[in-house]
Amino acid sequence: MSDPGAFTNERETEEQQHAPEPFLGEEEAPPSGKQEKARGLWSDAWYDLRRKPLFWVSITLIVIFMLMALFPSLFTSTDPYAFDLSKRTDGPESGHIFGYDLQGRDVYARSVYGAQVSILVGLVAALGVGLVGGAAGIIAGYYGGWIDAVLSRIGDVFFGLPFVLGAIVLLSTFIDPTKSGDPTKIKVVVILAIVVLSWPQFARVMRSSVIATKQSDYVQAARALGAGHTRIMVRHILPNAISPLIVMTTIALGVFVGVEATLSFLGVGLRPPIISWGIAISDAQTYLDIAPHMLLVPAAFLSAAVLGFVMLGEAVREAIDPKLK
Amino acid sequence: MGRYALRRLLQLIPVLFGTTFLIYWLVWSLPGNAFAGKCGPRLCEQSYIDEMRDRYNLDDPLIVQYFKYMWDMVRFDFGTTYSGEQVSEVLSTALPITMKLALVAVLIEGVIGITAGVLTGLKRGGFLDNMVLVSTLFLISLPVFVVGFLLQYLFGVKWGIIDPSVSEDPSFSELIIPGLVLASGQMAYISRLTRSSIAENNRADYVRTAVAKGLTRGRVVSVHLLRNSLIPIITFLGAEIGTFMGGAIVTEGIFNIQGVGGVVFDAVRGQEAGTVVPIVTVIVLIYLLANLIVDLLYAVLDPRIRYE
Repeated sequence: MSDPGAFTNERETEEQQHAPEPFLGEEEAPPSGKQEKARGLWSDAWYDLRRKPLFWVSITLIVIFMLMALFPSLFTSTDPYAFDLSKRTDGPESGHIFGYDLQGRDVYARSVYGAQVSILVGLVAALGVGLVGGAAGIIAGYYGGWIDAVLSRIGDVFFGLPFVLGAIVLLSTFIDPTKSGDPTKIKVVVILAIVVLSWPQFARVMRSSVIATKQSDYVQAARALGAGHTRIMVRHILPNAISPLIVMTTIALGVFVGVEATLSFLGVGLRPPIISWGIAISDAQTYLDIAPHMLLVPAAFLSAAVLGFVMLGEAVREAIDPKLK
Repeated sequence: MGRYALRRLLQLIPVLFGTTFLIYWLVWSLPGNAFAGKCGPRLCEQSYIDEMRDRYNLDDPLIVQYFKYMWDMVRFDFGTTYSGEQVSEVLSTALPITMKLALVAVLIEGVIGITAGVLTGLKRGGFLDNMVLVSTLFLISLPVFVVGFLLQYLFGVKWGIIDPSVSEDPSFSELIIPGLVLASGQMAYISRLTRSSIAENNRADYVRTAVAKGLTRGRVVSVHLLRNSLIPIITFLGAEIGTFMGGAIVTEGIFNIQGVGGVVFDAVRGQEAGTVVPIVTVIVLIYLLANLIVDLLYAVLDPRIRYE
């Protein structure tokens, strides 16, 4: 997988930590009255975000795919499992705008139903990576010393495995490639494999962000007032150090949707009867020359979904990165 | 510098053992009997299983197995595949092909990414800038296998410009399209990295000085600006070679390239632990060393960076 962390270098994380809390209340605001209200980092980011067309385009895409995942029957009334072998690989016709697949099933219906598992896997994997990577990063960055050294080396071990290769080995170990297996277990294993192989990148970003925040005066002040480690970490460092992690996690959500499809495509991830874009593309690959629609339709759905989440990440990044203003 | 290099080398040792041990443990615990189905339709004879278990030291405790295996690796004894071929020979035919592909990909990625990055970084907010930003978003969003099939379909099937699958010992020209596919996603990162690096350095004092001295725009950009902005990009590209060595599995599969990725993939699917472990170990080694070299290179290229 590519390195989304390449965007967030340490310097910019340092800068955005200094966005001051809005301690100037309404009463204390300069008398001119017309001056803009002082905003915190997050309300400032939200203010920026609302004015970006990129944000609204991505939200529209995401809402569509979310609806598709939750209520597929809104988009199609065709049963994705219904098949008509006499129509296999047939092109579009009325009522079946994207034609039929290898077993004579409706390509559009299967693409709609495919959203569910991809978005589920992407969402849970991104949350998991954000939690694990964030926790490891904040602990390593805050305590430093041997705890940092041990956590960083453990991270390096997983970072040392090239992603696709590691995922293939991991998944083949925990899912028997010759059997179809329990769908829930397969989904869990795929999510875990993604989390295990990607958390180090997130931990690294969080760690450097925490190290930059640790030196701030307000952290020193909290410590001088006798706040415990947990309180300092959760109440003072976390809110000020988390923004690069949030950006990275949002972009990762999209990337993981693609990763799930890639693994299913390779035959090591999800497998039938689960309906997934990756599986559909994999099934269609050998028929590319006679029935390209079988491959292009799920590929278009997949790319649009990934695009939606990546754009959201982009918009959020631009909103909270002071360097771009 | 010397101390930094030494420290990085020392740090590499636990990572190396950790990663290879992880792989060893995972692969040998692949589900199913490791030697099932290796003797045709019959069950394997007990003498064969005993011999194989003895050859791979499977009756020893895991940690002993691992160190015995590592000792073999150190002596360049990679063992044989289950069909009797030397693993080292399989590697010596597959590695150069993957390396070629990785080189082509990095070249394409570098040329297109840096060009786009420089053009947009110099003129932020312009039409070209926005166009490149949008197209990089699209490139990031398209999974590699989608790009692969799309280009294979267009160039190979529809227009017939290239052969949809490359030959057994591919030439550089045959690898251009597969290289482009491999590079497609990363190109976007390179162009963005270059863009922000150029935009940041464009405001630096030394650029103003160079302009004030009356140097031409081209010279300022190519000699003063690029030289200082490209350091992080070159290191990123270096690390990419390592990533591509292990990450070309999908691309190699689509274009039927007989590289390392395909060999590993087939071996994992065929549950040939004895083949998977040495090859993956070699790939991980290359990957880790590439990252190390890149880190050291960073220090050499940029004299402003002082370690220690």
